[in-house]
Amino acid sequence: MIGEAAVRAGCRFYAGYPITPQNELAEYTASAMARLEDGTFIQAESEIAAINMLIGASMAGARVMTSSSGPGISLKQEGISFLAAMELPAVIVNTMRGGPGLGNIAPAQGDYFQATRGGGHGDYRTIVLAPASGQELAGLTRKAFEYADEYKTPVFILGDGMMGQMMEPVEFPEPIDPRSLPPKPWILDGAKGRPSRIIKSLLLDTSVEEDHNWKLTRKYERITREIARADTYMTTDARLVVTAYGTAARIAKGAIKRARELGLKVGLFRPVTLWPFPKRALVEMSRQVKDFLVFEMSTGQMLEDVKLSLEGRSNVHFYGRPGGIISTPDEIAKVINTLYHRQHLNED
Amino acid sequence: MAKKVFQRPKYLKKAVFHYCPGCGHSIIHRLIAEIIEELDIGEKVIGVPPAGCAVLAYDYFDVDMGESPHGRGAAVATGIKRILPDRIVFSYQGDGDIAAIGTAETIHAANRGENITTIFVNNGVYGMTGGQMAPTTLAGQNSTTTPGGRDVKRDGFPLDLSEMLAIARGSVYIERTAVNSPKNIMRTKRAITKAFKAQMDGLGFSLVEILSPCPTNWKLSSVDACKWVEESMVKTFPLKVIKDEVEGAIS
Repeated sequence: MIGEAAVRAGCRFYAGYPITPQNELAEYTASAMARLEDGTFIQAESEIAAINMLIGASMAGARVMTSSSGPGISLKQEGISFLAAMELPAVIVNTMRGGPGLGNIAPAQGDYFQATRGGGHGDYRTIVLAPASGQELAGLTRKAFEYADEYKTPVFILGDGMMGQMMEPVEFPEPIDPRSLPPKPWILDGAKGRPSRIIKSLLLDTSVEEDHNWKLTRKYERITREIARADTYMTTDARLVVTAYGTAARIAKGAIKRARELGLKVGLFRPVTLWPFPKRALVEMSRQVKDFLVFEMSTGQMLEDVKLSLEGRSNVHFYGRPGGIISTPDEIAKVINTLYHRQHLNED
Repeated sequence: MAKKVFQRPKYLKKAVFHYCPGCGHSIIHRLIAEIIEELDIGEKVIGVPPAGCAVLAYDYFDVDMGESPHGRGAAVATGIKRILPDRIVFSYQGDGDIAAIGTAETIHAANRGENITTIFVNNGVYGMTGGQMAPTTLAGQNSTTTPGGRDVKRDGFPLDLSEMLAIARGSVYIERTAVNSPKNIMRTKRAITKAFKAQMDGLGFSLVEILSPCPTNWKLSSVDACKWVEESMVKTFPLKVIKDEVEGAIS
């Protein structure tokens, strides 16, 4: 799905290294690129080589993508830091699996910190998009390439093993011919009829590096103002709001339907952008909602962003299943029911 | 009327090299700039400098230059070349960069037959970080991390990277030269020219390894450093054409 959406977004360069559970994406992209006259697919010798090939191809002006899972994303962090520093657009897909270490290949959400806190060395952020359905995967992949170009920064699509293996009917956006995209006036394509250009991250002069850090920070602030986004479900009258993203949000939705059948006023707040975190929308919701239940397929990572956003305005509760365990909607419905009564939300 | 017989090459910026006196980088930069001008490819060249002493190469070459993380020059150059196959792409890398941390990227770029050119500057030490042992440090050679000299039983052997790259089926031209004497400098210029031409003809991966003096870290005078290349380095790293599948194929 992401592979088709990427090609339709004008992506013409993919480099990656095999790792489960995301090989379908690489395999699809290999075929898709082979069908294109101007498409390049490289099975790289390592995750590190793959991300560095993206650096080169992005310098040369192409829309570029790589994909991996946790252990591979860790290896790519050096290159991602360079992409951020050199302000190069790139799309990176992380199909999260159980960890740390080799962990397992089951769906998990333990890479939230790695994705939203920069991940590599130095003062930077990456945009992180969290699709929760096949249709959204297709739409957000297009968005990822647009954001990468507009803000000249690496963009993550953060999915999990469940999203990676999912089969759903999807309507794809119309394909874009990369030649129809606006020209990038900063690329390296040979200094013909113009002064030579340099793309670099080494800034030995401390005041120059400081200026660069503040410039990036202003860009990140602009991104925060412009793209932070969340989706809500049945929150109008909600007394308890479950906060979850990706596959966890889908499970939560099922649980909320069950809870509603029992007459519990429960809703869902689903961040679509994990960085920037949709803080404003959450704070707005805390005017009417005094109890939030954060549900993650981890030991509690987005939990920190929820607490940082709410700054004690509401009660923040947590339920998590790490290790590749996929909760059922019934399990989460029970957690909701217990919490709802413990907090006396059933009383007027 | 006086005739100008020596001047700054067109593709070197009006900047003062930061390199130490007697360092080979300045000579190699000049050679590459001259070749770019002679081949008339200045508007088509994209260079990829390394991490190391030559990281600031982009301040000297007046062509498009894109920085690479340490050791990843061959991968970055691969990305550029695949998107812009009609441009001339070269990476410029030191021995630590290419033969230690970047070994995998280099071997696989050569094996894929990436149509790029690599300039491999071998001075046998990590220069910028202060003279630690490099993969190419000679047996017995002193460095700041091989007290008493490189002990091959403790520290391993100097790595013959160029010979390894010659085994890779995608490489077409690999030569080892030096810049310690006028004769060797001329030979280096011919080798780099040939490497660039191989790329222009779309033949595959080309590399020139250049033995280059580092008087500062070798703790020798400039003259003695040049002598040391001749007397010691070439015994481990003989100057020769290591692989040539170009002859006859070049236009």
